[in-house]
Amino acid sequence: MQDNRAYAYYPGCSLHATAKEYDLSARAVCAALGVELREVPGWNCCGASSAHGRDHLLSTTLAARNLALVEEMGLEEVAVPCAACFNRLAVAGHELREDASLADAVRNVLERPLQGSAKARALLDVVARDVGTERIRDAVRRPLEGLKVACYYGCLLVRPPRALETDERVEDPQSLDELVRAMGGEPVEWPHKTECCGAALSLTRTDVVRRLSADILKMARDCGADCIVCACPLCMTNLDMRQGEALKAAGERFRIPVLYFTELMALAMGIPDAERWLKMHFVDASAVARRESAAAQSTEAQQ
Amino acid sequence: MARVGVFVCWCGSNIARTVDVQRVAEAAGRIPGVVFATDYKYMCSEPGQTMVQDAIRDHRLDRVVVASCSPRLHEPTFQRCISEAGLNPYMVEMANIREHCSWVHQDKDAATEKAIDLVRMAVAKARRDFPLFRNEIPITKRALVIGGGVAGIQAALDIADAGYPVTLVERTPSIGGRMAQYDKTFPTLDCAACILTPKMVDCASHPNITILTYAEVEEVTGFVGNFNVRIRKKARGVDMEKCTGCGVCYSKCPVKVPNEFEEGMGERRAIYVPFPQAVPNVPVIDREHCRLNNDLKCGVCQKLCPTGAIAYDQQDEVVTEQFGAIVVATGFRMWDHSQIGEYGYGSIPDVISGLQFERLMNASGPTEGKIVRPSDHKPPKTVVFVACVGSRSENHGHEYCSKVCCMYTAKHALLLKEKYPDTQSYVFYMDIRANGKGYEEFVRRTIEEYGANYIRGRVSRIYRHGDKVVVKGADTLLGRPVEIEADMVVLATAMEPQDDAKDLARKLGISTDQHNWFSEAHPKLKPVEVLSSGIFLAGACQYPKDIPDTVAQASGAASKVAGLFSKPHLLSEPMIASVREEDCAACGQCVQVCPFSAIELVELNGRNGASRRAARVNEGLCHGCGTCVAGCRGSCIDLRGFTNAQVLSEIDALALA
Amino acid sequence: MGDAISAESATTSGEVRIGGTKTEPGFCREVERLSGQKLSACYQCGECTAGCPVAFAMDLMPNQVTRMALAGMVDEVLQSRSIWLCVGCNTCVTRCPRLVDLPRVMDSVRQIATRRGVRCPEPAIRAFHDTFLQGVERGGRLHELALVAALKLKTGRLFQDVPAGMAMVAKGKLAILPETPEGKAEVRRIFEECRRRAGEGDDHAG
Repeated sequence: MQDNRAYAYYPGCSLHATAKEYDLSARAVCAALGVELREVPGWNCCGASSAHGRDHLLSTTLAARNLALVEEMGLEEVAVPCAACFNRLAVAGHELREDASLADAVRNVLERPLQGSAKARALLDVVARDVGTERIRDAVRRPLEGLKVACYYGCLLVRPPRALETDERVEDPQSLDELVRAMGGEPVEWPHKTECCGAALSLTRTDVVRRLSADILKMARDCGADCIVCACPLCMTNLDMRQGEALKAAGERFRIPVLYFTELMALAMGIPDAERWLKMHFVDASAVARRESAAAQSTEAQQ
Repeated sequence: MARVGVFVCWCGSNIARTVDVQRVAEAAGRIPGVVFATDYKYMCSEPGQTMVQDAIRDHRLDRVVVASCSPRLHEPTFQRCISEAGLNPYMVEMANIREHCSWVHQDKDAATEKAIDLVRMAVAKARRDFPLFRNEIPITKRALVIGGGVAGIQAALDIADAGYPVTLVERTPSIGGRMAQYDKTFPTLDCAACILTPKMVDCASHPNITILTYAEVEEVTGFVGNFNVRIRKKARGVDMEKCTGCGVCYSKCPVKVPNEFEEGMGERRAIYVPFPQAVPNVPVIDREHCRLNNDLKCGVCQKLCPTGAIAYDQQDEVVTEQFGAIVVATGFRMWDHSQIGEYGYGSIPDVISGLQFERLMNASGPTEGKIVRPSDHKPPKTVVFVACVGSRSENHGHEYCSKVCCMYTAKHALLLKEKYPDTQSYVFYMDIRANGKGYEEFVRRTIEEYGANYIRGRVSRIYRHGDKVVVKGADTLLGRPVEIEADMVVLATAMEPQDDAKDLARKLGISTDQHNWFSEAHPKLKPVEVLSSGIFLAGACQYPKDIPDTVAQASGAASKVAGLFSKPHLLSEPMIASVREEDCAACGQCVQVCPFSAIELVELNGRNGASRRAARVNEGLCHGCGTCVAGCRGSCIDLRGFTNAQVLSEIDALALA
Repeated sequence: MGDAISAESATTSGEVRIGGTKTEPGFCREVERLSGQKLSACYQCGECTAGCPVAFAMDLMPNQVTRMALAGMVDEVLQSRSIWLCVGCNTCVTRCPRLVDLPRVMDSVRQIATRRGVRCPEPAIRAFHDTFLQGVERGGRLHELALVAALKLKTGRLFQDVPAGMAMVAKGKLAILPETPEGKAEVRRIFEECRRRAGEGDDHAG
């Protein structure tokens, strides 16, 4: 555990738009915890789920440019809130370290010095492991007592484990659960922690996303969760924005709030803006702020 | 002056196609010291050998060079051949002009030149050959069998029946091994206990067999015919002489511990016999859990024992015994499926291992033979069996096939249906490997007559949803994902070597493969032997095996032991290291480098009563590897048959040609 | 035998037809080179298919894509929906007993399909990726509103998701104007350079 350490911060495109509340809450929570985030100047899109389907060199170079910028900042680690961006930066970093000829090719395209020393870290990992549950417990002002939380990691925080160099149990990750527990909440045991929500098919094969999201939402409900907590703008879009249509297609009437883990932290830490961010969600998440049970919400939804 | 004969073999066309054998013979005839040279189509054939013997007589040859194949194949043939003609068998040299020449070259001229060089080198070495003799080594005609499973039991019985005394060492409190845990055996569905327990009892009553249970091998020294083995007999806490096996002690013991024999599904006491048919039927005190040992008040068993057999203060006993041969039969263990995240990291109670299912089926098991779900003790209706769990998987570190899972899974599906006709089983498999007598027929019967639904594909995910277990697999023949809501899932987990296999291998001086299975001496032709003589393998400690294969190999190992013991004495290998003690400075380098611990420094009584030290080679232990020769700083060690002078003369013959 | 053996090798073409269609034996090597994966390592256990979240929507199962690529069944593979539906969730590669990175294989097959001009059976997905990358190439970062708008024009699905989109704008979650980062020109050059290398058959490009 390191005290008040500085990290480069790579928000990624979504956090400047659809996932604005993730960006705002991440910055606020980190500031409150004494974690310094320095936004990478001139960062570019990591290529997300599109570049690797066109050209491996392109996708690696797009990610590598950001890693090179982090090196230029003189920092070792870059905290990445978006799971998809984290995955791209981490996998690219791993490949650059493992494959010398790929690294040479990337350097030639990039025309920037690139040592490969910068390491991408999921913001969740930074908060849960570097800051640590002890300091988080101390920072909590309004414990999440009685709140049952389905911790949803999705695909890209943990897979593929060999390239991400993570010590999470890939089929049953724990960092988010530990975090929720530290804040006085109760993570539910559920099997869909790392099931896929359909990711980038959101805009193109919405039918697929509806089905996958409905499976995840129903399982969270079946396992007694009051809310779902995630760490990825794509997951949020699919579980929150698409929730109404997904559950309608599945013949379900319940609703379940979905929050970024940083929003939940902000609520627990009593950060004043927390409730305002929740208004940006599609599914009403105010009940979580008020600590109401799942049963009360579902009757609300039915009315 | 040496008189060398050279015999060049065509090996049919194997050599003659690439090497001009006539030219080789002519060139050989011109080498100094060679008084006769010829070639022939098959030197190893009877006419070929007669040709050699005739030449020895007619040309008064005292050394022979055969230019043919690898000495690994026919050196013994020609040693016998010249010895019948009256020469010392070690006066023959082989020039390998097949594997080292004709098989690896295409250019006939160059290959012929190389063959001539090889012959010239062999002649140079042969001229420095001297007669070698084998020494007699006495044999201790007692065998040690390590491991008391079915392999060890069978080997011990066969050796004992051949008339030799055997000590059977087993580290758990009873012999019987894995097979004692099984319910029925495929493909005949014999009750495992019914066929195993008579053998266990035979072992116990056989006059030639000494059983040491709750005992472990600590150290092995010596060599074939004369092993010294240190065995630790762990303190049982019960006097074997006084105990009558009445069972009062364990029926009243207050401590309950998860039962290893029941694969954690039942409980045993802190004083216990592992299972009802245990041999010996003498309990053992598990000191880790005994109240008295944990500074708590108790002593119940001691108070109740009618014969005063309980001996809390009993100590471990260490004995050293001599054996002529060792059979290693230490078996395997099952891989722990809690390492598979996608199957729930072992946390789903109704996802069990095949061995646990075996105990559930067994009438003396934790449920008295009722198949019920561990979570709620309800009988399952839908059971999914998954084959190849951890096997054939680079991801889980076992690239190999565990070989028995296809069959025991079919057996489980069949027996489940037989016991509970209203159940439905599904078997996910990748390939059905049913290559034993009656095996394929058995699998067909399971599918056709017992309605097991075989699905060709692997399972990617198992999770709990409510009181169901959801299995997500694929049917690759249909090309569709398959999802089954099951009541119980049985995993056919991989077989692994015992976790201390490497440790035992080190004690025995034998080798293991990359997975730590013990390595046999030759995969085809020496499957029972290891590279060190006098040690043999039986059963699944070598590689996954089913019971028939295990028993067959155990009998094979026993017959090897009996064969060894049937000789009056052993003959030492003459091609071993020897130290010129007068030149030895006793630096000890050779002692350090010898991989067989065959060299020691001894005190010599010099003249004038002064004593000095020098290295000495134990002829029984030396394998003739030559490591010490290379390591000797003073060049005062020679390998007989490959002396430094001989090797240098070979190099000279090549360099000066 | 011996001397009677001919020095010349047999002269049959070795052509293999599957279902009456000629296979392309070099296809497997092309996929292997691009993806860095050994297709022959796959023993067709189907674990990828079993765990694939989108298999239900696929025409070819993931294991069939590998098998058909190995067999040189070019048309079936390049024309399949599956290669476009793979979302790269990495479930298969995490659990594959043979450690085959199937998402990399899918990526590579997609690239070959695009390069050979094969008609894409999932035009919206392809349009999404193309639009996405065009946007990034032009602006260095993705402008989500522009992506959605451009995608709607391309796919003709003008009214799908409009309420959600309006809500997004209302919630301040879709910026009207794109950001203009400093590295914009540099990113454009990276795209151009990669395109040039892919054209030249650089081993890492494509």
